[in-house]
Amino acid sequence: MAVYLLKRLLGLLPTLLIVAVLVFAFVHLLPGDPARLAAGVDAGPETVELVRRDLGLDLPLPQQFVRFFSHALQGDFGLSIRSKRPVSTEIAERFGPTFFLTIAAMGWSVLLGLVLGVASAVWRNRWPDRLGMTFAISGISFPSFALGMVLMQLFSVQLGWLPTVGADTWKHYILPSLTLGAGVAAVMARFTRSSFIDILKEDYVRTARAKGLGELPVVFKHGLRNALIPVVTMMGLQFGFLLGGSIVVEVVFNWPGMGRLLVDAVEMRDYPLIQALVLLFSLEFILINLLVDVLYAVINPTIRFQ
Amino acid sequence: MNTPAPVTPAPTADAVRTPASEFWRKFKRQKVALVAGVFVLLLVLVAALAPWIVPFDAENFFDYDALNTPPSAKHWFGVDSLGRDIFSRILMGARISLAAGFISVAAGAVIGTLLGLLAGYYQGWWDRIVMRMADVLFAFPGILLAIGIVAILGNGMVNVILAVAVFSVPAFARLVRGNVLSLKHQTYIEAVRSIGASDTVIMLRHLLPGTVASVVVYLTMRIGTSIITAASLSFLGLGAQPPTPEWGAMLNEARADMLNAPHVALFPSLAIFVTVLAFNLLGDGLRDALDPKLDKF
Repeated sequence: MAVYLLKRLLGLLPTLLIVAVLVFAFVHLLPGDPARLAAGVDAGPETVELVRRDLGLDLPLPQQFVRFFSHALQGDFGLSIRSKRPVSTEIAERFGPTFFLTIAAMGWSVLLGLVLGVASAVWRNRWPDRLGMTFAISGISFPSFALGMVLMQLFSVQLGWLPTVGADTWKHYILPSLTLGAGVAAVMARFTRSSFIDILKEDYVRTARAKGLGELPVVFKHGLRNALIPVVTMMGLQFGFLLGGSIVVEVVFNWPGMGRLLVDAVEMRDYPLIQALVLLFSLEFILINLLVDVLYAVINPTIRFQ
Repeated sequence: MNTPAPVTPAPTADAVRTPASEFWRKFKRQKVALVAGVFVLLLVLVAALAPWIVPFDAENFFDYDALNTPPSAKHWFGVDSLGRDIFSRILMGARISLAAGFISVAAGAVIGTLLGLLAGYYQGWWDRIVMRMADVLFAFPGILLAIGIVAILGNGMVNVILAVAVFSVPAFARLVRGNVLSLKHQTYIEAVRSIGASDTVIMLRHLLPGTVASVVVYLTMRIGTSIITAASLSFLGLGAQPPTPEWGAMLNEARADMLNAPHVALFPSLAIFVTVLAFNLLGDGLRDALDPKLDKF
């Protein structure tokens, strides 16, 4: 297991390095002079030069990259252009709300997706299947920002049951996490259904039935365990979808998280903040995928020994 | 001893099974997908004819006496806060959303297919480079990559289409590479090679047709996702800018008036939903008819 983990970690390094290079190159791909951007619109030429030297933008590119990379490793991404505060502080304040929102959305959507998927597979082509799959295809077709606006209009404005914006109490989490998770629940339901249908055709399921086992142990003990393997992989992929989706959902609900911070940063061309956020989002995604792979190896021992 | 040989009836016209007839035989059984396909065709027609069939100018007609009024006989989908006819804007918006969804995915599919074909056929260092690039692009979750690209190129629908195309390339590259890897050891490929066909001929005439089915299925399913991504970027203010009647941008404008005019947000939402749903249902049907092995998600 340790060897497997080490191999996986080493395998990540090239991807991480390329991602870091791309994020670094980002500033130089922006139209215009980054030093001028950082100094502000009304800065004179001397100030721009000063800022350039200060940010190390006068150094040769490879040296700049080493500088960027070593600073980034220490969590130093420079100052936000808009607020003049350290980027790390800005992000630290926003990390929690996004993290908990993502977890909440993941939690309910995976559970519901599994239940719907299993039910649809077991009662294939009967009403639970039709209902579940109608929900699922609608879930992947309804854009999250529209769903968020509908839910807010219904539950916060018309009925007044839930707060509209902000992230202070658990009640604030209900609508955004429903909005964010709907798509994932739908994908999980479809995916679980199709992998469960394949499992129910396997010989060992027939054997379990033939030896007189009831339908419940067949489904849960023999079916679910084996169906979980592809489903876990799917969960990892969906996490990326959630991280990306949180950007849109946070804007709808005015959520004080990293996604809205990113959209604001892009609008203001606050590139140190954009750089750090993009790096952090992809780092989080890569780590979650690693975690999923490890989990996969725990469930399915044949992976470890390949 | 002369027993008469068993007579096999001459094959009639319907007994000849071409891939096209086989596809149609399976596809026409899927009523839902068939309806979705007809709907998509109608939508394309409406989008193409939109400038001639809209009742009002989508950007420059202002009915100042009817601000924020709900649907009526004159304005089928109501009027927005500036007095513009929402029905006309939805019809014109169909042009933008369909074009954005189709162009971005088609561009991603063509580039991704070529890269995947080359990677799967030659393998070696080229394969490693292409797949590594795909890994890197996959390391950016969801629409983050598109936002990053738009941040560099600037706001606007053309840049959004470009961003969504880039975001589609790795998925197609992986899909086609996988198909090519399993096809290239088949006997028919070995046979073509042994009669001296060049690599180009093998790839384009013999391997490519084998992957077309899954590419078409994936492309259809992907158009829905891309329409949502493009609309999301416009909703965030990074894509189409007001007064362009793009559906996502319309929703963003409608947010300010949600309290007194929820219908302004309702119709663009429904337009996106119905369009994407049609593409997804069509994609499901095509998958079942063309490539049942493709993952169902």
